[in-house]
Formats: sequence, structure tokens, C-alpha cells
Amino acid sequence: MNFFSPEAYAKRTVASVQEYSLLSGRAVANIFSGKRYAADIWTQMDSIGVGSLPIVVLTGFFTGCVLALQAAVSLKEFGAVGMTGRLVALSMVKELGPVLTGLMVSGRNASGMASEIGSMKVSEQIDAMRALGTDPIRKLVTPRIIATVTMLFFLTIISDACGTAGGALVSVVLLRLNGSTFFHTAYMSLQHGDIVGGLVKPLLSGFIIATIGCYYGMTTKGGTQGVGRATTQAVVVSSVLIILGDFLVTQLMIGIFGR
Amino acid sequence: MTSVTTPKRTPVDLEHDTPIVEFRNVSIAFDDNKVLQNITFCVKRGETRIILGPAGVGKSVLMKLANGLMLPDSGEILIFAKSLGHMTEAEIYEMRAHVGMVFQESALFDSLDVEDNVAYRLNEEHVDPTETHDRVVEVLQFVELEKAIDKFPSELSGGMRRRVSIARAIINKPDLILYDSPTGGLDPITSTTIVELVVKQRDVTHTTSLLITHRLQDAFTLATHRYDPATGHMAKIPDNGIDDSTKFLVLHEGKVVFDGTTDELVHSEDPWLREYIS
Repeated sequence: MNFFSPEAYAKRTVASVQEYSLLSGRAVANIFSGKRYAADIWTQMDSIGVGSLPIVVLTGFFTGCVLALQAAVSLKEFGAVGMTGRLVALSMVKELGPVLTGLMVSGRNASGMASEIGSMKVSEQIDAMRALGTDPIRKLVTPRIIATVTMLFFLTIISDACGTAGGALVSVVLLRLNGSTFFHTAYMSLQHGDIVGGLVKPLLSGFIIATIGCYYGMTTKGGTQGVGRATTQAVVVSSVLIILGDFLVTQLMIGIFGR
Repeated sequence: MTSVTTPKRTPVDLEHDTPIVEFRNVSIAFDDNKVLQNITFCVKRGETRIILGPAGVGKSVLMKLANGLMLPDSGEILIFAKSLGHMTEAEIYEMRAHVGMVFQESALFDSLDVEDNVAYRLNEEHVDPTETHDRVVEVLQFVELEKAIDKFPSELSGGMRRRVSIARAIINKPDLILYDSPTGGLDPITSTTIVELVVKQRDVTHTTSLLITHRLQDAFTLATHRYDPATGHMAKIPDNGIDDSTKFLVLHEGKVVFDGTTDELVHSEDPWLREYIS
């Protein structure tokens, strides 16, 4: 009977981290040297960016709506319902926009990358690619990192805008607040550090989504069952790392900008 | 008869008697499982080396080692007289430009149609699209599959996929072809078609090749047949003749148990070998 071995588990974990680091390092190094697959980058940008637009718009919009409703109820108790715009804008730009967009794109694309590359791995297509003289990291991983980081940045901006618009709509239509007051307080509350912090997070999240999705795809073993396992693990690990990354970036931004 | 006249990349420049593939005491293990132990053999230019052995003996691993897709735990592998262990990653990719490989399950790119699969290497090298198309048509004619040029791998039968895989491997006239069980999982008639293609490739271009097979019948067909340009099909070599360029390597329990000619194999006194080939 085989017992759980903490030593074997620790070795496996360290080996996985090492393998992930090597894959990420090589994929990033490829950006600055050698052959570039521009067509693959555009294809991935279309798939990740344009393809994720509907869920990002809807998620951002309704998050803003809910935020305005919830905020108004609490702020009313203090007679500060006019500050709804400030609360919605700050929450969306600093936290909810970057994190929710990251999680949505992770659910859609980390899984997609892991399953696509994983299927290629188990059907020997990755080996065939290498045998045909193509570096699969350069061809498959690097374009996905560039595309995800770039598109997540813009998707977050869209999500922030949609969230603020959703909050404004609820404030004006349901809460009968003044629209210009909403936007004025929202605009006045945002400072340079808030914007920078909110836009640094998607860069990190994009990197996490692409590298984790590709890593689990490239290390898939065990046929179709293995592909399913890789897909699930990619989503779970990338989601947890996005939240962890969010915490670390927030700490860093508070350290730099003081808010 | 259809022949492949595609322009060839600069062939590897070697002395005539220098082995194209050479394994020196190569061993590899996965965890505690010693898959290959002290494998030593060499394949000369123009030779077709058939690798035989029971399932799970490490034949596919050996093939991947030969193409640098895996690295051995110990020993040395020389391809075109250069040690894989001393090559950089870029040099290994450069070496692979001279090697064609046919995978066990074809390993076609399922999101690309037949034309793009076959043209993959040329597209990567940014060859002119018109020239690429002409070369794809030519090589598909060689494998008698030109009508399937627009189809996707999912629309092809197992035998057709294997033929596309062969076309993809030979499009740039490689100096070495690695066939990993090209007839595996195919019915006998389709297997014969694939073996005929291998014989045709061997006799038309005299390319050095390594071929894995589980089917002894296919192995002996390769050794006893030659391509007849007049009929466009393979035919038995008269007077029970044997193709001199076809040799055998037999693996058992991770070790080489036979390395020699067809004649030596059939007259071997080794009891296991006699039972295996009987």
C-alpha cells in the first residue's frame, strides 16, 4: 500500500515551480530575440481580447450596477448618498475592474489555452512541431503571453468604464441621483495612484493567465482525462494567483502612492 | 510513375562511410524503469534500419532520442556525425531541418488542412506561396493523396493520415527519415500501401531511414521487395533476393539483442530471437 509521502510531494512541487519558471523565462526571452509569430499574436489577441469582450462588458456593467445599489443603501444612513459615484469609481478602478476582468478572462482563456495545448501535447502535435523545427514555446506560449497581457490591459479599462456607466445608470434611473454629481464625484475621487494601481494589476494577471494556462497545457499527461485535469488546474491556480497578485500589487501601490 | 523532384535543402556534407545515426552506450530511465540500456548501433548512409521488438521495449523512445526530442541519461548519440549532447537548442532545431519524422499516430495538426500540414515546414521558412503549393501537390502525388489537399485531418481515414504524415516528413527531401510505427493500428491492406510508400521512398531517393514496426510481415516485405518504376508498385525481388540496404535491430528488455542483415536475422541461433520471428 502506498502512503502519502511529504518528501515526494515537496520534490514534485519544487520541480513544478522550477519547470514553470523555466517555461515563463524562456517565453519572455523569446519576445526579445529570434523569430516572431506576428500572425499568431494577432489571432490570439482576437480570440482573447475580442472574444472576451461580451463577458467583460456584462460583468463590469452589472458589477457597477450592484455596487451603486449597495453603496447607496449604506451611504444613505450617513446622509452621504451623493458620494455613490466616488465609491463606485474607486471600487471599480482600483479593485473590481482589474480583479473581476482577470478572473473572467482566466475562466475563459486559461482553460482554453490549457485544453488546446494539452490536446496537442497528448496527440504528439507538440513533438511533431519540434520535429519540424519549430520551438513550441516560441510558437505557442510567447504569442499568448503578449496577447493576454496587452488585451487584458484594455479589457480592464473597458470593464472600469462599463462599471462606472452601470453605476451611473442605476444612480440616475433607480436612485434618482443627479448624473452630473455622480460623474463629478467619481472623477474628483480618482487620483494618479489609483489609475496606475488599477492598470498594473491586469499586466500581472495577464501574465499569470497565459503562463499558467500554457504551463498546464505543455505538461499535460494521461490522454483526454489529463486534458480535463489540466484545464481545471489551470483555472484554479490562475484564479488564486490573480487574487494573490492583486493583494501584493495593492500593498506595493499603497507603499508607493500611500493609498 | 510520380517522382518527387522538389528542390532539396543543402544536404548534410559527410564522408561517404560516416554513419548518419550512431548510438554509443545510450541509456535512459523513467523513474525506476530502465527503458533503454547501453544501446549501441549505427546506421550508414542510404541504409534502412528496421527496429523490431515487443511492445513497450522502448522503440519509440529510441526514435525520439534520435531526433533530439529526448536526451539520454548516459551515452552519446551522433546524428550526421555531431553529438546531440554537445549541440545547443538552436543547433538541434537546425539539425531537425534535415530529418523527417512520421509519428505513431500521425500527429497531424488538427486545426490545419492537409495542404497546410504538409506545407508546415515550408511556411515556417517563408517559402514563396506558389512554390509551396506546387511542392505540396507534388509530394501529395507521391503519396497518391492529391485529392485530399483541402481536407482536414478529422475527415481522413487512419491510412490517409499516415500518408499525409509521410508527405509532411519528405517535403523538403530530408537526409534522414524516422518512421515511428507507420503501419501501427492499420488494417493489413492499408499497411501494405504504407509499406509500399516506404519502399518507394527508399528506392527512389535512397534516403537513410529508421523504421519501427511491430509487424514482422511488414519488416520482411521491406527487406524482400523493391520499387518497380515501370509498374509504379513494389514487387518481390527475384530469386528470393534481399534488399542489401535494409538491416535489422531487435530490442528486448531495453537491450539490443540483434543488429545485422536480414539473412543473419533469419539464420540466428538465439532461442528468443527464433521464437520472436517465428
